[in-house]
Amino acid sequence: MHNFDFAKPSTIADAAKALAADGAQALSGGQTLIPTMKQRLAQPTVLVSLTGIKEMQGVCMGDGGLHVGAATPHAVVAKEARAHYPALADLAGGIGDPAVRSRGTIGGSIANNDPAACYPSAVLASGATVVTNKRKIAADDYFQGLFTTALEDGEFVTSVIFPIPQKAAYVKFNQPASRFALTGVFVAKFASGVRVAVTGAGNDGVFRWAEAERALSADFSASALSGLSVDPAGMISDLHGSAAYRANLVKVLTGRAVTAAG
Amino acid sequence: MTKVSMTVNGKAVSGEVEGRTLLSSFLREGLGLTGTHVGCDTSQCGACVVHVDGKPVKSCTVFAADVAGANVKTIEGMANPDGSLSVIQQAFQDHHGLQCGFCTPGMVMSSAALLAENPKPTEAEVRHYLDGNICRCTGYHNIVKAVMAASGQDVSALAAE
Repeated sequence: MHNFDFAKPSTIADAAKALAADGAQALSGGQTLIPTMKQRLAQPTVLVSLTGIKEMQGVCMGDGGLHVGAATPHAVVAKEARAHYPALADLAGGIGDPAVRSRGTIGGSIANNDPAACYPSAVLASGATVVTNKRKIAADDYFQGLFTTALEDGEFVTSVIFPIPQKAAYVKFNQPASRFALTGVFVAKFASGVRVAVTGAGNDGVFRWAEAERALSADFSASALSGLSVDPAGMISDLHGSAAYRANLVKVLTGRAVTAAG
Repeated sequence: MTKVSMTVNGKAVSGEVEGRTLLSSFLREGLGLTGTHVGCDTSQCGACVVHVDGKPVKSCTVFAADVAGANVKTIEGMANPDGSLSVIQQAFQDHHGLQCGFCTPGMVMSSAALLAENPKPTEAEVRHYLDGNICRCTGYHNIVKAVMAASGQDVSALAAE
């Protein structure tokens, strides 16, 4: 790995200043970024750790729902979100393995927007609001394709606000070697309708399955999906699963998530 | 180079590190604590697991500078003060929870983190918790048995396969 200067500010304002430098890159838990840097796929000249910023830590109920600090590790979300949003706690508790969950954070996950990461599906299905050091971004506007988000240079996620659905569940089909989702589906039922977000399957990253949302908004049961099918065009195809296999998984897992949500 | 200080196995330590110095390198090369093993260096195998402020982490995927000031515990800090093996280490020996032993430091550290959080885990919980620790020798059965035994549970009924 190439060397870099390391900074660890303790406030959002100081982090924003440090990230204004040329070649600066935000570091959260590092569970993706550090392996990426080892492969020299990322070569920042300044690394700005966000893990020392207290105002970006923790889980609490507030305006608009559950506020999760961007630097909150998965293990903490798994524990502290349970009473408020069990499906989100379940998702956080199933990411990677225990040691990864001690370090990895929600902000890091959604800033990276890996097409097989778990968190983007929860953020999109919940219609969450992504709060940055500059503005608030609706989930529907935030995810913009493979490893691409609405974040601009020098902008970083500070928290995510999750509206709490009436019912929700996340079902993940594990890719056992990487522990990422081969495909994962998050279903959230609100008074205003159902939202379905799929990760691990789409070539452009996380996406909403609109047909299923319509069907489930009319009838929230797995059988409501029986007449639907998912087009394999646009699905990821690799040695772990073909596009057709993933398209089928989307439907199967959506049904399982609906059943699990009860 | 910057100076970092932390507590490792109860002792205050410090050393000069680069930004890119991993916690695993700081422990092994900086402090000579070579009990922490680096198996894959890609955060897959878990041989390098240590505790940072009581939580298990893969020390090959944490920068030393990012955990300055933390309380770190490695396999060298697991034995009892008189030098005898801790309950978990003794259980690994008694139940043949290792063959080559390369993964054992990480296995012991992850198991200790599990038992601190969940003192009487079920077999399924042990297997799930050790998901991020890879052993290529044992087939895991005796590792699971050792962790169950270390938690004070009867393992005589646990299958050998």
